[in-house]
Amino acid sequence: MKAFTTHRGLVSPMDRANVDTDMIIPKQFLKSIKRSGFGPNLFDELRYLDEGQPGADCSNRPINTEFPLNFPRYKGASILLARKNFGCGSSREHAPWALEDYGFNAIIAPSYADIFYNNCFKNGLLPVILSEEQVDTLFDEMEAQEGYQLAIDLHTQTVSTDTGHVFHFELDEFRKECLLQGLDEIGLTLQHADQIKAYEADRAQQHPWVFGAIK
Amino acid sequence: MGRTLYDKLWDSHLVKQNSDGSSLIYIDRHVIHEVTSPQAFEGLRLAGRAPWRLDTNIATPDHNISTDKAERGAGVAGMTDEVSRIQVQTLDDNCDLYGIKEFKINEMGQGIVHVMGPELGATMPGMTVVCGDSHTATHGALACLAHGIGTSEVEHVLATQCLVAKKMKNMRVTVNGTLGAGVTPKDVVLAIIGKIGTAGGNEHAIEFAGSVFRDMSIEGRMTVCNMAIEAGARVGMVAVDQKTIDYCEGRQFVPKGEMFEQAVDYWNTLTSDADALFDTEVTLQADDIAPQVTWGTSPEMVAPVTASVPTLDEQSSEERRKGLERALEYMGLEGGQAINSIKVDRVFIGSCTNSRIEDMRAAAAIARGRQVASSVKQVLVVPGSQMVKAQAEAEGLDKIFIDAGMDWREPGCSMCLAMNADKLGAGEHCASTSNRNFEGRQGNGGRTHLMSPAMAAAAAVAGHIVDVREFVGGDQ
Repeated sequence: MKAFTTHRGLVSPMDRANVDTDMIIPKQFLKSIKRSGFGPNLFDELRYLDEGQPGADCSNRPINTEFPLNFPRYKGASILLARKNFGCGSSREHAPWALEDYGFNAIIAPSYADIFYNNCFKNGLLPVILSEEQVDTLFDEMEAQEGYQLAIDLHTQTVSTDTGHVFHFELDEFRKECLLQGLDEIGLTLQHADQIKAYEADRAQQHPWVFGAIK
Repeated sequence: MGRTLYDKLWDSHLVKQNSDGSSLIYIDRHVIHEVTSPQAFEGLRLAGRAPWRLDTNIATPDHNISTDKAERGAGVAGMTDEVSRIQVQTLDDNCDLYGIKEFKINEMGQGIVHVMGPELGATMPGMTVVCGDSHTATHGALACLAHGIGTSEVEHVLATQCLVAKKMKNMRVTVNGTLGAGVTPKDVVLAIIGKIGTAGGNEHAIEFAGSVFRDMSIEGRMTVCNMAIEAGARVGMVAVDQKTIDYCEGRQFVPKGEMFEQAVDYWNTLTSDADALFDTEVTLQADDIAPQVTWGTSPEMVAPVTASVPTLDEQSSEERRKGLERALEYMGLEGGQAINSIKVDRVFIGSCTNSRIEDMRAAAAIARGRQVASSVKQVLVVPGSQMVKAQAEAEGLDKIFIDAGMDWREPGCSMCLAMNADKLGAGEHCASTSNRNFEGRQGNGGRTHLMSPAMAAAAAVAGHIVDVREFVGGDQ
């Protein structure tokens, strides 16, 4: 997995609460059997004026010029500034895949839906949680200044602005370590194979119906 | 101190507690479908790994398959959408390669993953159940610890039979009293979402408790647990009672004889202790719950059918006002408009929320002897599984729907998420028994109104949203 340590980049806005994963990547793109290539269809129904089709070239599609991601000033953004309960709804991991494929390395929001939050860490995408007030401050500064950038440091768990704000954020220790080192979680779990086998042997004694029924 | 049902399920699946606060949790049942598994199988192969255990997995295609009789009859090879065909073929190939039990596209047993698992007895009380689908909480109706996972975790479970997890907080939602005529499990869960909001259950596992759930059938409890995620909770559960045990007995993968008795002894312990503490408590009264309808673009934008669409000047904050304004614009509605004045263009009766036999019967009771309004373009009735379809046909429900002018379809997810040809056109309003009314969910520009099967059937007949209590009594 891709590691995340520090990142500095251009910030773009997604200024609405409860952005769902259907909005992040609509269902027709879930037919793909690949993990990559979802970036051009990120926020497809908001970015384009026509209906997107899987596999179709997006370069000549009519653009919704009122959607901020299409504003020239946000071209090349790598940090998405968002509102509360970001990523709610469907468990589709295609949502973080699309954000990552588009070029985002981090999201900043007051809260996330649980499954989406978890999925981000599997893909080297850092979902930062700041307070509503801090997010408001960042929105205000971003709107006021073209080319607005932020610096994120996962070691120190901070988001820094060029105006001198340093906002601390919390995250679970095990998630932080996996992301910092880009660890293979499956490999880590398999280091405990003996404990898993011991659990299974014990469980098969207690609850034998859990094993063997499906053939 | 006593333990909650969730505490007990968590404790009994704990393989290892790590010093960094995470835990390794054992997974008993892994349900697989075509959309969220191909990248996981590919990852497994790229890393040179094999599935940890085969007899834990059960697979079926459901999300993107056609519900049209002619196309379905032609099997996977006859799927007209080539991208979808490759995805379903990939599921078949992966299951065949590894020897994973799959109920293939037209095989008895196939169905929407969350209908199939319980009806086959593949999910049983006390199990941990995961699937690459957020509505996996459905299985919690059988006192399982069940939740949705992403594709990376699908691969993790395939490879290790475990997940790295952090324990959630406990929430209890209690509804006491008796539901009125025409008020169904769907109305109960929509009322709960309306009360706590779409993020109200974030970071929590919800146990549904109180007389309303005790009195409810197991299928009704599935409808409620199914939509826990729409309140933000990955997990929804109901404790074991005699109904749970009666439901499980005799199903295909449930043990028989002495082992069944042994299982029942354990299953009967799967309730929250009387002195267990919950981090969050929510209470509703059954008397206060009327048939519910969503008017907006989030499941929390819900109201009784007798109410009106909210107005901008009623909103408590600027954020709520902006959200409402956007939702009304998308939905083509005016603040203050009566909900029962909303005309419907299409009706969808189906999905993992409401496609079981009791749902089919509830819709048929309204459709019987009536006709779909001439202004309604299409009414799709999509049974949740081959077994539901067979049972409905044995009861003659298919004829009732067809006589009323509705389409009786083949099992699958269908217009709940519109990955196949079943979808709304831009601007069309749909009375839908599914679970999400997000923008574009049922088709680009489509406008979804979530409600119960009886309410959706009533809307089909009336041509607009209508209070099903005007129809109660069934036959004309």
